[in-house]
Amino acid sequence: MTVVDPKPARADQADLDKAAGRPEDAAQWTARLRESAVEALPPQKLLPDRQPAYVASWIYVFGVTTVCALIVVIATGLLLAVMGPNWWHVSSTGLFVNSLHLWSVEVFFFAMVVHLWGKFFMAAWRGRRQLTWITGVVSFLVSVGAAFTGYLSQQNFDSQWISTQAKDGINSTGAGAIFNVTNFGQMIMWHITLLPLCVIALVGIHVLMVRLRGVVPPFAAKGEAIGAESPAGSEVEA
Amino acid sequence: MSAETVTRSGKVRKLKPDRDVAPWTGRYAPYDLAKEFTIALVVVVILVGGLAVLFGSPDDKPVTVRSWSTADAVDFAQTAATELDGTSGTATYGPPYNLNGTAQSIGPLAPAKWLGVHHPIDTAQDFVLGPLSTLPDNPKVQAALAEYRSAPASQQASWNAAYEKAVANATFVGGRLVVPRGDYGPVATLIAEETAMARAGALDGALLSSRQFYGTDYTKPLLFIADGQYLANLADNQHLSGDQWGMMNETGSYPGQAWLWLYTLWYQVPPANTSDNGDIQVFAIMIVLTTLLALLPFIPGLRSIPRWTRLYRLIWREHYREVERGGGTRAAAAPTG
Repeated sequence: MTVVDPKPARADQADLDKAAGRPEDAAQWTARLRESAVEALPPQKLLPDRQPAYVASWIYVFGVTTVCALIVVIATGLLLAVMGPNWWHVSSTGLFVNSLHLWSVEVFFFAMVVHLWGKFFMAAWRGRRQLTWITGVVSFLVSVGAAFTGYLSQQNFDSQWISTQAKDGINSTGAGAIFNVTNFGQMIMWHITLLPLCVIALVGIHVLMVRLRGVVPPFAAKGEAIGAESPAGSEVEA
Repeated sequence: MSAETVTRSGKVRKLKPDRDVAPWTGRYAPYDLAKEFTIALVVVVILVGGLAVLFGSPDDKPVTVRSWSTADAVDFAQTAATELDGTSGTATYGPPYNLNGTAQSIGPLAPAKWLGVHHPIDTAQDFVLGPLSTLPDNPKVQAALAEYRSAPASQQASWNAAYEKAVANATFVGGRLVVPRGDYGPVATLIAEETAMARAGALDGALLSSRQFYGTDYTKPLLFIADGQYLANLADNQHLSGDQWGMMNETGSYPGQAWLWLYTLWYQVPPANTSDNGDIQVFAIMIVLTTLLALLPFIPGLRSIPRWTRLYRLIWREHYREVERGGGTRAAAAPTG
């Protein structure tokens, strides 16, 4: 009796690597997408173990601190979401998790604002890095919205007061027609789904842009040779 | 070396220091991103944990219609009277709640007016007459409601005006609202009964906007509560009023939304702190400033501020020391990473 192994033969990594380069697959969308991605951000660029010598200041710490604080914000927010919106009002453990959530947001914004001002004084948009700057600014704005809807979702005195005051500003722009700050259900949905997704996506794009373009070099010092070994136009606008 | 560069489209132009930068051809040094990230995460977790243990977080109980009417029944009755006669803040608000007020505008721009009423509120019906009509087995209230609803508008206005004057001098004694005698028709009964309904806790549920069992829209009770003085007085005591930079504060001594400082600043100064269109003016200012911030890399002058202030020399001080020691060139070894 012949026994047939039902499991298909496993291609080893070498076979897969070889297959990935087949000329007949050149027009394949997946292959083209992978090749574009690897070309734009090869592993050494995505996770470099060397940085230019000028990357030596405490100001550089605030970018990664912002990302770390965001991770704590999301982790504590997930815990609060698991237990539901009433939990932290009736449980001392819940109140502590809410405190972690609050203070991680404060640290997040502190680090983000220092990061933003640091990048401003470094003119970090130079050398085709404008989109990196813009995604950073938009991340900050969307984060403000995420924090604001968090304050509106607390179901306490602060939520009541902030919503009844903020409604005038929002309503004056016409946005109150669709964004009702006194509607708890709407605000908590924005706070725990729509805005966090936007923040995570924007911060992700921002970090990828940093890796793609690299850390902006310093302004040229007086008398310093610049552009001597520049590949033509590699960090200038069209 | 000439400060010229070749663009991607092949043109030769002068290198602009606030837009362009020569690629780094100098020294590279080991930089362990994963280690930096891990250390930063541990530090943030410890810092956040420490702050949470030391300071906790505020959670002041919300005001309910019941707690408001119990603590200050006269303020509740006075507010209810303005909801019935259509003179309260909500009754005269305009869009998106009703068409009884003027939408804020800047010149011809009145976006709230363009979008119209999206959360319709008739304060007399939604805040007073409707909730009272839900009271079962109360012939006195039903008779007062019937008399009020069948009266001509001019008669209703006359009763309301007389009652609103009188309720300004009301007292609350022995669990009863005491208003000086006058010709108020059924209005005195309606407001007194609504005050009793509020103090019993029945009005909180009756005001919920949703007609479903599960409701999450608190627009109506919140607006009703905000029309009174009680909530504002509590907020004022907690330094949360608009003229106390309240938008960025929260109860207690917590930092609140400190990142809203610039938005809140405009409410403290003219024209926003004196204008009827203050809110839209503040938003317009912030939209302009935010757009400038986002597009700063493209704005001549503004994008030169970092170079003019020279604070970058502090950030990159090690680099500039190295440049001075090395004879003024950044071109050195090729990347080794």
